[in-house]
Amino acid sequence: MDLLPVIWFVAIAVLWLGFLALEGFDLGVGMHLLFGTKNERERRTMLNTIGPVWDGNEVWLITAGAAIFAAFPLWYASLFSALYVPLTITLLALIARAVAIEFRGKVHTRRWAEFWTWCLGLGSLVTAFMIGAVLGITSTGLPIDANGDRVGGPFVWVGIPALLGGLAVVGFSIAHGSAFLALKTDGAIRERAGRIAATWGPLLLAPAALWAIWVQILHGGSLLSWALVALAVAGAAFAWIGGRAGREGRAFAGYVWFIVAGGGSVFAGMFPNVLPSTLDDAFSLTVSNASSSPYTLGVMTVVAAFGLPLVIAYQSWSYWVFRRRLTPGMIPDAHVVLPAILRAR
Amino acid sequence: MDPLDIARWQFGITTVYHFLMVPLTIGLGMMVAILQTMWVRTGREQFLRATKFWGKLYLINFIVGVATGLVQEFQFGMAWSEYSRFVGDVFGAPLAMEGLLAFFVESTFLGVWIFGWGRIRKGLHLAALWCAVIGSWISAFFIIVANSWMQHPVGVEMGDDGRPVMTDVWAVLTNNTAIAAYTHALFGSLVVAGMFAVGISWYHLWRRRHDGIDTVDPSGSVIVGEGAAPGRDKTDHGVWIWSLRFGAVVAILGFAGTVITGDVQGKLMYEQQPMKMAAAEAACHTGGSFSVLSIGDPGGTCDDVTTLIEVPGVLGFLGTGEWGAAMPGINDLEPQYIENYGATLPDNPLYGERAGSEIDYVPTMWVTYWGFRLMIGLGAVVAGAAVIALWLTRRGTVPRSPWIMRLAVVGILAPFAANIAGWIFTEMGRQPFVVAPNPDHTGIDQVFMYTAAAVSPGVSAAEMLFSVIALTAVYAVILVFELFLLVRYVRGGTAAAMPELTHSPDEHDDARRDDVLAFAY
Repeated sequence: MDLLPVIWFVAIAVLWLGFLALEGFDLGVGMHLLFGTKNERERRTMLNTIGPVWDGNEVWLITAGAAIFAAFPLWYASLFSALYVPLTITLLALIARAVAIEFRGKVHTRRWAEFWTWCLGLGSLVTAFMIGAVLGITSTGLPIDANGDRVGGPFVWVGIPALLGGLAVVGFSIAHGSAFLALKTDGAIRERAGRIAATWGPLLLAPAALWAIWVQILHGGSLLSWALVALAVAGAAFAWIGGRAGREGRAFAGYVWFIVAGGGSVFAGMFPNVLPSTLDDAFSLTVSNASSSPYTLGVMTVVAAFGLPLVIAYQSWSYWVFRRRLTPGMIPDAHVVLPAILRAR
Repeated sequence: MDPLDIARWQFGITTVYHFLMVPLTIGLGMMVAILQTMWVRTGREQFLRATKFWGKLYLINFIVGVATGLVQEFQFGMAWSEYSRFVGDVFGAPLAMEGLLAFFVESTFLGVWIFGWGRIRKGLHLAALWCAVIGSWISAFFIIVANSWMQHPVGVEMGDDGRPVMTDVWAVLTNNTAIAAYTHALFGSLVVAGMFAVGISWYHLWRRRHDGIDTVDPSGSVIVGEGAAPGRDKTDHGVWIWSLRFGAVVAILGFAGTVITGDVQGKLMYEQQPMKMAAAEAACHTGGSFSVLSIGDPGGTCDDVTTLIEVPGVLGFLGTGEWGAAMPGINDLEPQYIENYGATLPDNPLYGERAGSEIDYVPTMWVTYWGFRLMIGLGAVVAGAAVIALWLTRRGTVPRSPWIMRLAVVGILAPFAANIAGWIFTEMGRQPFVVAPNPDHTGIDQVFMYTAAAVSPGVSAAEMLFSVIALTAVYAVILVFELFLLVRYVRGGTAAAMPELTHSPDEHDDARRDDVLAFAY
């Protein structure tokens, strides 16, 4: 097996894990807006914890998609066309969510805020579930034919793996979002969020753990992938213990650790497959048969080797800039926009 | 229904919509960055207000561009999987570069800018905005590199499996078509943003005169006054007159840039896609005249087109730089295309029911003909309007006429329409190909793909119908919301973007505390 496609398999895994570790908590915060509080000022406080960083987090998803296109075009073509319906729903949810974050605070009426809160919360929930479902299906396989096209209709993806993957990302996001809110706010929000993670943590992470183990059994996991599963369980324990002890930094780090190790075990477990075919093993897309030419992979390796560390550096810096905990008292009063012409009359 | 038609409509709708936001983001971002730079350097209040006001509109527009950009990244694989398989080795790379080198910069630093007011040093805060703006320029570059490869495939060889393999990334990145199209699009964006600023500033200056705040002396020079409402002081006048004249200059420079780059593009088009050039002119017979008005059956063939008014010689100049040079017409080109690429689609299962059907090498002519004219015509009208705007405002304010004000506001739409017309022309002019073959010596002639072969074979018409309806509906709703917010913030003036103009510091306990965020969602 050539080295470059393997490097790119790892790079794409890193992009997906970066996406889950970062956007995971802002999806979680989005869902928290629905059930976490009824108080508008508290909602705004929560939203502002992710305000400066959510868009940068989402780029991990875009880049993961584009990297699959560049490095494994056949994987990109088969996966995205086969999962046409779930990806359309994902896009609609992502659009609703992005617009909601920006538009919600622009008008200060109850109806306006409530409408966008629902867009944001449901958008986050549906995004998390659908991305989880897509990843779940990718790891277990689809009925694709020799050309890589889906057989069996638009809903052939519906099943246990989709459900498990969807629940895994939703559960993880809620737990991770709780840990993030506990770390980034003060007062009542901090206490409530900390309690959610401390109480429900294990249950919220259970689907993810189950998914990771399923993949190992399905593909006959290697020593490495099983070790990653064990490491993920240790991360979950670390997060939970940290959360119960009120060590919010540790809890948050523990969830990152959990998803990196757990998600890593899924990628390691399916390797060298990138999209297994459930019809015939010969139709499965693998690291070797779906990749771009060595030249293209070489070019992209140079770009990524230069770009990715830089991204991590300045994105970390932006987190550092906005490191302060937020409280409802720090949220400015609603500024009602009046037309200049009305005021003049 | 044919999935191919639905997929094409979907790509057209989502891309045109996305490109309503993109040029404004690119152009207005640069203008806001310049305004903030002026503020940091001079410390003058009017530049701070202008930065905040235009910055607010910039962000409302930016987010819709971000949200709809996601669809662009995904739909190649979703609806055009055969295309993705065919071009993946070369086409995916610029998209991934865009993500790694541009999107991250853009989104991260814009977050720092939005929330960084009062948080980080002035210079650093300004640098964050410049990073975000430059990020959007880099992003535009990579996406146009990808698009230009479809117009003019370079830097590849045919692989053993019949798919092009990239051999020279430098050739792809420095594709002459890409350089010309990229600069053309950037200049076009400046026209959009410039006229946006002109129209809105005009409205506010007119409003100040209408409300009796600003008056003119007998010589016509402005006497700036103070209004009662927050933010309608003397500085406010400075914000609008500066923004108006700045916008007009940006639009004029932008238009000049589009003329120069467009000229380069025309010559490349003549070399690389002669059929598109002929279709732009609805030119059936070989010749060098530029048609000002041709009529005929819009969807029809060459026999139905009659040229009513034409300017001799101009077309030859557009295509070759030589006055009156003969440009090949459709009647001469079509046999060449049939000879080179065949009269019918190959008998390949890839084409489904379309296999073996006849190929129409002539693009939809009324679209290319009018798209081309709309782009050039509106661009020229806009540039003329910008010059007139500079002249009319030479004494520091706008005329009292409400009709000129309305014209200035409606005029905001013209450069958007010119941009869209240009893109529709160049994309539909490439049909029936998705990757156009280049008959000249610089292109690689074997590398081409019919649009009919590009669509996802496994995706049903019902699925595509679902997505196109859902996306169009959601996009329409978002457009209503965006316009609603833009209008609201425009009418609010600078006070809308700056709460501190309305609430004085001692009014509230909150505002006195230094830990209150300067900006919050």
